Amino acid sequence: MKTQADHAASGLPPAARRTGNWKRLRNQKFLWLMILPAFICTLLFSYTPMFGLYMAFINYQPGGSFASSFFGGEFVGLQWFKYFFDSGDFWIILRNTLAQSLLSLAFGFPAPIILAIAINEVRSGAFKRFVQTVSYLPHFISWVIAANIIISVLSSQGLVNKVLMLLHVTDKPIAFFQHGPYFWWIIALSNMWKDMGFNAIMYLAAIASINPELYEAARVDGASRIRQMLHVTLPALRPTIVILLILAVGGVLNAGFDQQYLMQNDLVLKYSDVIDTYTYRYGLQNGMFSYGAAVGLFKSLVAFILVLMVNRLAKKVNDQALF
Amino acid sequence: MRGKSTGDLLYAGVVYLFLFAVVFVTFYPFWNVLVLSVNSASDTIKGGIYFWPRELNFTSYKEILTDHEILHAVWVTVARTVIGTPLTVIVISLLAYPLSNRELVARRPVTLYFIFTMYFGGGLIPYYMVLKNLQLIDSFWVFVLPGLMNVFYMILVRTFIEQLPQEISESAKMDGANDLQVYFRIIMPLTMPVLATIALFTAIGHWNAWFDSYVFTYKSSLKTLQAVLVKILNQYQTGAMVSDAQKLADSSKRLAVSSDTIRMAATMVATIPIVMVYPFLQRYFVKGMTLGSVKS
Repeated sequence: MKTQADHAASGLPPAARRTGNWKRLRNQKFLWLMILPAFICTLLFSYTPMFGLYMAFINYQPGGSFASSFFGGEFVGLQWFKYFFDSGDFWIILRNTLAQSLLSLAFGFPAPIILAIAINEVRSGAFKRFVQTVSYLPHFISWVIAANIIISVLSSQGLVNKVLMLLHVTDKPIAFFQHGPYFWWIIALSNMWKDMGFNAIMYLAAIASINPELYEAARVDGASRIRQMLHVTLPALRPTIVILLILAVGGVLNAGFDQQYLMQNDLVLKYSDVIDTYTYRYGLQNGMFSYGAAVGLFKSLVAFILVLMVNRLAKKVNDQALF
Repeated sequence: MRGKSTGDLLYAGVVYLFLFAVVFVTFYPFWNVLVLSVNSASDTIKGGIYFWPRELNFTSYKEILTDHEILHAVWVTVARTVIGTPLTVIVISLLAYPLSNRELVARRPVTLYFIFTMYFGGGLIPYYMVLKNLQLIDSFWVFVLPGLMNVFYMILVRTFIEQLPQEISESAKMDGANDLQVYFRIIMPLTMPVLATIALFTAIGHWNAWFDSYVFTYKSSLKTLQAVLVKILNQYQTGAMVSDAQKLADSSKRLAVSSDTIRMAATMVATIPIVMVYPFLQRYFVKGMTLGSVKS
């Protein structure tokens, strides 16, 4: 699209431009020099692993040189994929990944919208800033710290159990990390806790761009504040909400790694294990390199197709796309 | 004023109640960690510490700040942050400038080459094999080199450069400056705000990184603070499996510092630097985030 625009701008026939390209290329030697470091980094750390996915189709044996372990391995075709689908693991992993993603979405998606609207209703600038400042904080700490904190708060002596006991919901502390199904809820709520404030930024930016005259007009018509919120703020947020929701759906297979890996234990593994933790455990910890690569490839492919579909949908909805 | 109806007051009440709840839920866990970390370990085991320390005691901090493993881990973390951050900012901003130039030959395919990596990757296992063959496993550089490039940050910088007035660099070129000179003398100083943003993000990323140290290094001399914290967390979780009776038995031994207080103090030590750069973050990242939403 842009090259066509360039042709039009330069006013030259395409043939003349093609010969000009060499000259332009020579003139741009410094620009290419500037691209080089990033080009090499991306080649080494992003593209080489993609070619390395070949190991998903062989019986990879570690040790020896790179070439010998790669080309010496027996070609097994789709055997590792078949192994994955035939093992009972596939359905458990898929269930856990989708359950944790969708549950996280159910809590984590509306929360920043509600938070942004609530912050917007505050008249005092200082209180507004205070709420925002505090709510961002969990986003900037690592999952290691977050996991430490969450495990403490949910421990038998933590505040959550204390409150539940005061309310007589339970008469002895609940061992949150010893019952599998709880784990899904813990992940969903932890994700919400960590990113709610940060994700509200997008919505606050969208709210800030609303024309104040709209509120003025609504007030003249006698709309209460709740009606102003329902009929001015929410409709203005609709495009942002739709786009972010579509993109979030495109990422359902990325249920995370850090939070599961750091908070899980053997008792809840049947519920906590998602694709990425599974790949890590089998591929690196148990040394089934080819199997791990195959599971990883499966995930990358499905995620990629999902993103492409979702991107097309987003484009249709809002004339806005990722590329 | 018609605006102050009971409905409005009720609505405002709900809004403020909700916001106070949000503030409490986000802030309390940090407060709780702080309180637990400065409470005497033998007292903590008895439970019931929620909002205020009962027996003020800084032994756990003394323990941590004299512990060689943790001190060394802090050193490694600082080193990777100090070395990695400027290199990343340089590589990214060097790339962003040419890609913002509409005259660049093959601009679209080159851009696509970078953008594609946001959507597809080889996954963990081939990545590990590549690191291994580059001799990066068990090397300090595994913390720095793979992180030199970040497509999302590059887009931020590129968008920023595209919004600068074109005339500035054009007039410099008229005066005979080459692209490198234009970049270093004109563009780079002008992009300082966005470079500061990505520098802060990158530095926080380095400080918070645990996986690379945990998985790609085996030497204890290359463990970062977060990786040590993971180890402490794992020990605690294994410990949590042990019954409470066992814990009480331990407490009767009157350990000066339980692993729990140590864990809390270590968590605090890892959190404090983030809180310290927080005011700077505030200033830059909101701008950065909203910039990022303006897609090319």
